[in-house]
Amino acid sequence: MTSTLTPVRSKRSALTKGQLPKYAPYAVLAAALVVGAAILALVGFNAFGWGLVSALLFAIGLVSWSAAVEGSRKAKDKLATCLVVGSFLIALLPLISVIWTVLVNGIPGLIAPGFLSTSMNGVTGVYDNRAAEEGAPVIGGIYHALLGTIQITLLATVISVPVGLLTAIYLVEYGNDGRLARAITFFVDVMTGIPSIVAGLFAAAFFFAVVGPGTKTGAVAAVALSVLMIPVVVRSSEEMLKIVPNELREAAYALGVRKWRTIVKVVIPTAISGIASGVTLAIARVIGETAPILVTAGFATSINSNVFSGWMASLPTFIYTQILNPTSPANPDPSSQRAWGAALVLIILVMLLNLGARLIARIFAPKTGR
Amino acid sequence: MSKRIDVKDLNVYYGDFLAVEDVTINIEAKSVTAFIGPSGCGKSTFLRTLNRMHEVIPGARVEGDVMLDGDNLYGPGVDPVTVRSQIGMVFQRPNPFPTMSIRDNVLAGVKLNNKKISKGEADVLVERSLKGANLWNEVKDRLEKPGSGLSGGQQQRLCIARAIAVEPQVILMDEPCSALDPISTLAIEDLINELKDQYTVVIVTHNMQQAARVSDRTAFFNIAGTGKPGKLIEVDDTHTIFSNPTQKATEDYVSGRFG
Repeated sequence: MTSTLTPVRSKRSALTKGQLPKYAPYAVLAAALVVGAAILALVGFNAFGWGLVSALLFAIGLVSWSAAVEGSRKAKDKLATCLVVGSFLIALLPLISVIWTVLVNGIPGLIAPGFLSTSMNGVTGVYDNRAAEEGAPVIGGIYHALLGTIQITLLATVISVPVGLLTAIYLVEYGNDGRLARAITFFVDVMTGIPSIVAGLFAAAFFFAVVGPGTKTGAVAAVALSVLMIPVVVRSSEEMLKIVPNELREAAYALGVRKWRTIVKVVIPTAISGIASGVTLAIARVIGETAPILVTAGFATSINSNVFSGWMASLPTFIYTQILNPTSPANPDPSSQRAWGAALVLIILVMLLNLGARLIARIFAPKTGR
Repeated sequence: MSKRIDVKDLNVYYGDFLAVEDVTINIEAKSVTAFIGPSGCGKSTFLRTLNRMHEVIPGARVEGDVMLDGDNLYGPGVDPVTVRSQIGMVFQRPNPFPTMSIRDNVLAGVKLNNKKISKGEADVLVERSLKGANLWNEVKDRLEKPGSGLSGGQQQRLCIARAIAVEPQVILMDEPCSALDPISTLAIEDLINELKDQYTVVIVTHNMQQAARVSDRTAFFNIAGTGKPGKLIEVDDTHTIFSNPTQKATEDYVSGRFG
């Protein structure tokens, strides 16, 4: 792909000799699509195969044409472009597919009346049978699960952020890369790799030992989630604190400001936008955890607004139980509709959190106006 | 509101590495003292030992005495924070706090230390400091705007205003003009001339003309070779250093015959 900007069209510039015409990629793409469809028609057409074969044909066609006309350097450039764009499309494919599937399956559940404002309390298989057989509206909703997810995640954040942020401050400002700091960094790295179910088992065992056997509450789940969250918060805050220029610390020291005040009033405000978005991403990371919540908070069908007592539902466990143990085993469709609706809500939550992270980063970012 | 500094037999280390060796120098109150010398000879390192900023770097330490009007900065029990509130510093690159407005940057030394100050007093302090740094007229209409929006020269003068707002006895300047254009440099040099009426000023510079223009006394530092410690070769009146130095090395350096 070259752009010839010669004002005189009639005579080809000597400088642009030996280049493919501008329409080359489109021509090759069209040819690849046609030939690909023809080849696929021989073995049985399917869209995925068509895309794959066409992409291969396009790459081969464009690179060899370029090699013939433009020489090997340009051909290598085109090959690299094809590889990069191809990898990008492959990476994007699952994302688009997931979003599409969840949207298609989730919207009927989401728009069902009372989906966001009622719980599953009192919803039995009888109603689902009636919905499936007689076309009655699907009742029951995710209010209890949404409430549970928000409470558990909020509590996990309240636990993780101070611990994680203070750890990061120790590592960056006081650790001096000493033995303790290196040990903390090592264990934080190890914690990053803990399987989430192990975090759940840890929290469950911890509360069994401290409070009593069978303790399953939202708070236990929050502890399990903070085990997963803390390393993420430490890591992201550490990186953000590290990029605060040393000059700012020295400027504060030179004014006779104590170290802890410098950290609280200069270093953290400078890094706060990055820290805040890191925390939000850490929340997004744990909000969809299923296994640790299942073993720590159990699952409930009714609203529980006390995070410190009783079993508590959450969106991931709601999805899990609706799919695995449909409310009416004879007619699982209403349950799966609710599960998809909950999945859509979960994705929307994560998306909102990501948007929130960007917004927070923008609000807190150091101002540069004149 | 200014004090003299007397340094005696000061050795500066980074870990085991001796960076500056055996410096003895007297810095007069209400005067400008310039440190000149080739890169890496320890001028800035030595300057940073004068307000205990040196020890911010892990492993850095000093041996010897630095007396501020007779009080040893490195005496037992001396809090480096107290030292730094008396001996301010301006750095090579302008470093206003990016999260603060111009006004808050000037008040940083007060506000960061949580000292109570009324709005009226704060206004007076901001105006006095910015006027002292020759910046008032340029920024008086945009005090609430971020300090990082100013030009490099204005930012550096903002940093000087910030340093004089805490009313130090001594102001150290580490190559304050090396990142600035000639006009901003001139503004800062004029400012240094005014500052010496009230403060003791110590300035590190690579620019010998600048040293000749602004300073009353000049100290020449040199280094024998890579890995060797930097040394104070000669200190005298600026005029003497540039016209009739006693050391051959000084004469070679100021006349451009070095290496």
